[in-house]
Amino acid sequence: MATRIDRKFAALKAEGRPALVTYFMGGDPDYETSLKIMKALPGSGSDIIELGVPFSDPMADGPAIQAAGLRALKKGMSLTKTLALAASFRESDNTTPIVLMGYYNPIYIYGVDRFLKDAVASGIDGLIIVDLPPEMDAELCIPAIKAGINFIRLATPTTDEKRLPKVLQNTSGFVYYVSMNGITGSALPDTSKVADAVKRIKEHTDLPVVVGFGVKTAEQAKVIGTAADGVVVGTAIVNAVANTIRPDGSLVADPAEAVATMVQGLSTGVRAVRLAAAE
Amino acid sequence: MDKAVEPNSFKTGPDEEGMFGIFGGRFVAETLMPLILELQQAYDDAKNDPAFKAELRELSTNYAGRPSKLYYAEGLTRHVRQLAKDRGLDGGAKIYFKREDLNHTGSHKINNCLGQILLAKRMGKTRIIAETGAGQHGVASATVSARFGLPCVVYMGATDVERQAPNVFRMKLLGAEVKPVASGHGTLKDAMNEALRDWVSNVDDTYYLIGTAAGPHPYPELVRDFQSVIGEEARAQILEREGRLPDTIIAAVGGGSNAIGLFHPFLDDKSVEIIGVEAGGRGLDGEEHCASMSAGSPGVLHGNRTYLLQNKDGQILDGHSVSAGLDYPGVGPEHSWLRDTGRVSYVPILDDEALDAFQLTTRVEGIIPALESAHAIAQAVKIAPEMAQDKIMIVNLSGRGDKDVHTVGKLMGMEI
Repeated sequence: MATRIDRKFAALKAEGRPALVTYFMGGDPDYETSLKIMKALPGSGSDIIELGVPFSDPMADGPAIQAAGLRALKKGMSLTKTLALAASFRESDNTTPIVLMGYYNPIYIYGVDRFLKDAVASGIDGLIIVDLPPEMDAELCIPAIKAGINFIRLATPTTDEKRLPKVLQNTSGFVYYVSMNGITGSALPDTSKVADAVKRIKEHTDLPVVVGFGVKTAEQAKVIGTAADGVVVGTAIVNAVANTIRPDGSLVADPAEAVATMVQGLSTGVRAVRLAAAE
Repeated sequence: MDKAVEPNSFKTGPDEEGMFGIFGGRFVAETLMPLILELQQAYDDAKNDPAFKAELRELSTNYAGRPSKLYYAEGLTRHVRQLAKDRGLDGGAKIYFKREDLNHTGSHKINNCLGQILLAKRMGKTRIIAETGAGQHGVASATVSARFGLPCVVYMGATDVERQAPNVFRMKLLGAEVKPVASGHGTLKDAMNEALRDWVSNVDDTYYLIGTAAGPHPYPELVRDFQSVIGEEARAQILEREGRLPDTIIAAVGGGSNAIGLFHPFLDDKSVEIIGVEAGGRGLDGEEHCASMSAGSPGVLHGNRTYLLQNKDGQILDGHSVSAGLDYPGVGPEHSWLRDTGRVSYVPILDDEALDAFQLTTRVEGIIPALESAHAIAQAVKIAPEMAQDKIMIVNLSGRGDKDVHTVGKLMGMEI
């Protein structure tokens, strides 16, 4: 069964360029503004949207995404409202894939079956759940696949040859290669190593491989995009939102506009890959 | 909650996936998965290596001072018998203290740290990280790191850094770097998040020395095993002293390492009543307590499924306890399973009750207990008067209270 994610990658392949995958935190700085941010993403050049679900204890995230999650939680964001955000976005966009990204506990507490039903109804296409490795597939991965939702796995530099098949076994949609060991928002990795890693993963799977962690500029997006099927930008976008907020919570500028401007810039990077290939 | 199926033995867990019933598991980021598997392999090898066991025994005896004493707390026993008399009763159980406070570094934490530092060495790791609440585990980690010449970074909540100043200084003296963590309430939960972030970022050389019987498999198992020396000794000591098993054993439960260490060797002794004492803080009605098993629900945090304090959206609450070592919204997964099977009873003790027990023990025994241990003593004082005088009770005195003198002084309105 082809999902929105599969169709998107097929279209990008025809276009001959990598995907720009954009992460933002649902509910940051508040529900309405984050809906505006989300709605502006496709028009600014985002191909796939990663919708962050805030969690009180994001143990794999750096300070920027931790702070974004806390801002959202303080304004009353929840998993229920995150699903509502996706459903609201779907009213005007039925093609851009939405991947929900977060931690397992809010889903566990919501109830796995109920969550999957509501996620499908809200137009969610994929899940990235940071603290569910393949060893815990029975929890959510298998039920999600049955519900028609892609379960997207992270592969990391610590994922060796022996472990890679296990990691890829129940992965669908795409593979998310975390290009360095560390928390989100860390420094940009060595690009030649990234290219080798992507090649290594591709020897084991036909799925698209996207690369994340550390990309901030169009030039970096272009470099990484040349080596992979997609580039994930997260912390830079979350920072663009943060930079519009004063310490007292009032806004210096429009967060949606700030994000749109940043994404437009990044999208020239991934689009340049195609131009470069044509030369 | 349905009662979990009662097994033939309570001592066989966890299973190969690290589960105790529905609790435990390996809920970690992929980056950490290979490390956890490597640790498991190293631990399985070490367990069966006589040289490893011999080295641990040597250090436990001559460095940590094991075996720790089993002390008949005559003053406290006299006190509970007086309480019984005041109520017109003839009771008052005989109370023993398992003196983990006499260990090197002042608490049970050294047992686990010695075991894990030997594992780290075996695995060729060159950098130690740890989280700490009260600072007892931080001090023990800094101590073994000094002993084995490894650099050590201790993550500690900013609130705890403030309320456990003496331990912070001890860690620094021992050469450790103490990193205050300001997120959340600045307590143990936040320190653990930050330690996990460090580990994810430094996977090649770093060993994460977890201080409690929680976290992803195999930590709950290996910490329990290293702490079980408490119960093994206590069991043999009471048999020698009294010629029989105790009627009741009691320990305080934060993450639950001193408790599981005392409990585990007694789990299949059906006649022994086992009580774990949680931090009731300012009462279970609001959110100012850390009684995850008395007032929480199962969820997933820090690599394992266990009872947690959380809201309806699955966001973890911060909780509160006067005792930094119990100030954690979760608990080790084996305790969650022991709770659901009904083998162990978990009860809350309030801040005020613990403070009373702290002062009482100081006065009638000349022993200043850690505030954590004072929770267990408070429960003993609560139930002992109702028990007959020929009943025997063992309370785990998990640590000494020198570190808490400032906190208690402040609460008593004294400037130290």
